[in-house]
Amino acid sequence: MKKLLLVVGLFLCVYVQLSASSLFWVEDVPWDEGKALSLEWNVPAETVYLQKADSLGAWDLIYAGAEKKYKDSEVNPQQLYTYRLIVPRPEIGDSISFIATAKPIEQWFYLHKLSFLLILLAVSFAIIYYVNGARNGKDYFIRRITALDSVDEAIGRATEKGKPILFVPGIGDLDDIQTIASLTIMSHLAQKAAEYDTELIVPCRFSMVLSASREVVKEAYLKAGKPDAYKEERIFYLTDDQFGYVAGIDGIMLREQPAANFFLGSFYAESLILAETGFSTGAIQTSGTAQASQLPFFIVSCDHTLIGEELFAASAYLSRDPQQLGSLKGHDFGKVLVILFIIMGVVTEMAGWHWFKAFFEGAQ
Amino acid sequence: MKRNLPLIFAFISGILVVISEFIPHRPFSQMVSTLQDWFMIIAGFAIILGQISLFQANLAKIKEKKSGWYFYLAGLLSFMLMLVIGLLWGTQEYRGLIGHGEAIQGWLGSKPFDYMFDNAYMPLSATMFSLLAFFIASAAYRAFIIRSFESNLLMITAVIVILGRTSFGGMLTAWLPESFKFWHLPNLSDFIMEYPNSAAQRAIMISAALGIIGSSLRIILGIERSYLGSDK
Repeated sequence: MKKLLLVVGLFLCVYVQLSASSLFWVEDVPWDEGKALSLEWNVPAETVYLQKADSLGAWDLIYAGAEKKYKDSEVNPQQLYTYRLIVPRPEIGDSISFIATAKPIEQWFYLHKLSFLLILLAVSFAIIYYVNGARNGKDYFIRRITALDSVDEAIGRATEKGKPILFVPGIGDLDDIQTIASLTIMSHLAQKAAEYDTELIVPCRFSMVLSASREVVKEAYLKAGKPDAYKEERIFYLTDDQFGYVAGIDGIMLREQPAANFFLGSFYAESLILAETGFSTGAIQTSGTAQASQLPFFIVSCDHTLIGEELFAASAYLSRDPQQLGSLKGHDFGKVLVILFIIMGVVTEMAGWHWFKAFFEGAQ
Repeated sequence: MKRNLPLIFAFISGILVVISEFIPHRPFSQMVSTLQDWFMIIAGFAIILGQISLFQANLAKIKEKKSGWYFYLAGLLSFMLMLVIGLLWGTQEYRGLIGHGEAIQGWLGSKPFDYMFDNAYMPLSATMFSLLAFFIASAAYRAFIIRSFESNLLMITAVIVILGRTSFGGMLTAWLPESFKFWHLPNLSDFIMEYPNSAAQRAIMISAALGIIGSSLRIILGIERSYLGSDK
């Protein structure tokens, strides 16, 4: 009899535990950095109260309402958290409470970024493949970029007029890839300017950009065999302030009247102010940015504009280095891949297969 | 070694940042913020370099009495003024070297630095920004001059969008029946902004993203070196 009671007791305990866990449960949010727990409950109630035990065991109210789930993002990985769900029962003047615990776990992969990783790997392998092809002597056709072909023309014009060239490396700091792309173009431009004995003015917005710009221009003059012609004071810091920087450059354009202006890098609201002032001075202007919203302003006011990707391709294009040109072929592969994905996305959505779109939406 | 060390750093930090984008586990999850902190520390030191450059460039022009030298003088004086009053009486919440300057605050209504910021710097900054309105007008005039088929299209589209965004545009086509709802100027304007405009912008953004991948890879692999000063 005792044995029977024991078995029945155990069965009841397991049953209560199982039924409770199907009423209120806490799970670790999968594939994340262990900073979230997902809480769900399945109890018939208009309002529930969710509490979380703090480090001393005291209960803090974290949610009150009619929802059936809650995501707690204020947790630390590998720590045990205890939650209590209180369901009021007004008809009996009491309430029922459920308790659940869970530990957020740090995962080793963001699964929702899988599509992003696959695209990145495909494009990267394509670039490496084409770079290797170029190393082995394969000749790739690269379409002409008029804006870059005009660089020599702009320098030539400045040389003829005996006026300086103004190079603005954007308003981004050195951690902006557009600024890096701008500096690589400046390296080629400074070398040409040194060869033609044309003065180069580079006003900088950030001190880090200033020191990098000085190094780039100095090396370019050295490479051109004219280290004495390098003037450090012509690469200078203006101000960190966005519109103060614009005012300073506008002043330079009006006072020194450069024959060629280059606006390459990251630009925001100041793009049109710069380009229109430059236009009013009659300078030949070349611009380039990846900020889609600023491109129309540059296209209207400048003679040549590098649109988006062309800014990043510029250094490879100007250097004519086969390895770098090979990498541009990798960009083209990426474009073909994106076009294919767009077509497949349209077709699968029209066919009612939403898994394809959902897979790529996960990358957001 | 002078050339190889930066390349090694660029390779290691580039690979780490890419990996940490996909691995949520520590230490990778904290790597980007750590590197950003390092960047901020280095940038903090570089500020001094910027200020030295500012002084050197402006003082040289003042000494040589170059055209408009008084602007450079005004710039330096403004810089010094803000620096001194900021150091002496501090800014909004921070104490200066000689306290909060309660007496001056009583007179000016705020700390001298904040007073100058609100009454000199802000209006000047707003003036520069407001120039944009005039420049947009002159740029738009040039863009909309009918010279070719493309500029024709641009002008027609711009007129539809501009009118569609005003109440006048809505009023102009209010008489159109419900079956021609699409041709109401506000709807037409929304359509242009939502579909052709978004499509073009996304095309630029996608190609720019590919460019960034390529550019970053060239830097990480050391193929692109001109940002270091030399490609050799």
